[in-house]
Amino acid sequence: MRNGTPGTVRVRFFARYAELVGREETALTVPFPATVGDVVRRIRAELPGGADIPERPLTAVNSRHVRLEASVQDGDEVALLPPLAGGCPAPVATRPPARRSSPSR
Amino acid sequence: MTFHTRDALVLDALLAHVAGPGAGGTCAFLGTVRNGAGEGDVTAIEYSGHEPMVDAEFSRILAEVGERWPGVRVAVRHRLGLVPVGAASIAIAVAAPHRAEAFAACRYVIEAVKTRVPVWKKEHHADGTATWVDPSGHPVVGSG
Repeated sequence: MRNGTPGTVRVRFFARYAELVGREETALTVPFPATVGDVVRRIRAELPGGADIPERPLTAVNSRHVRLEASVQDGDEVALLPPLAGGCPAPVATRPPARRSSPSR
Repeated sequence: MTFHTRDALVLDALLAHVAGPGAGGTCAFLGTVRNGAGEGDVTAIEYSGHEPMVDAEFSRILAEVGERWPGVRVAVRHRLGLVPVGAASIAIAVAAPHRAEAFAACRYVIEAVKTRVPVWKKEHHADGTATWVDPSGHPVVGSG
């Protein structure tokens, strides 16, 4: 995808974060390339209640834990995850292999 | 593969799933809802999750178990929805050739679940209020 080309990601909210923003998901149009961190910043700045979500929440792309530096692509699902019941995970991937043509690791 | 359910957990079903002639040791773990660390007025815990990711993460965890302990068989279910005090929210059954692998793999699964599987807890109290629980077990300020 060319630089600056807009695309849409589906952002999902869970548990307390869903209560903070009053919804369980939203569609966000972003210029690519973009990272999960870019998505989080947009949500915190633009969505009512979004500022109450931490600057660095746990995140997942397409059902896989990722760091904020992970890239997102058109059509991705970005999940903002409150702290998990048993503690905070160490993210295991810097970009999500799911739904890509490249082999998963 | 679905690893979550809204029904009561049945440990016997999981034990049957992992049973086999190569099993010399079988380890079962139940995580149960307790009445709370503080005032003991918790009546139930409501579990919610990112359900597709719950299944995906469980699949990854079980694949890791298969790599670390070849021959070990694991069955696991996490309950979602309202779970009353005393009822199980997670059940794990692990069968292995020897007890050491069974205990180790079972411990690996529950510890991985706690840090990786996207499930959240909301405590329901006797007075009708409800509070999200943070990882340290304390209520989240402003919730309820």
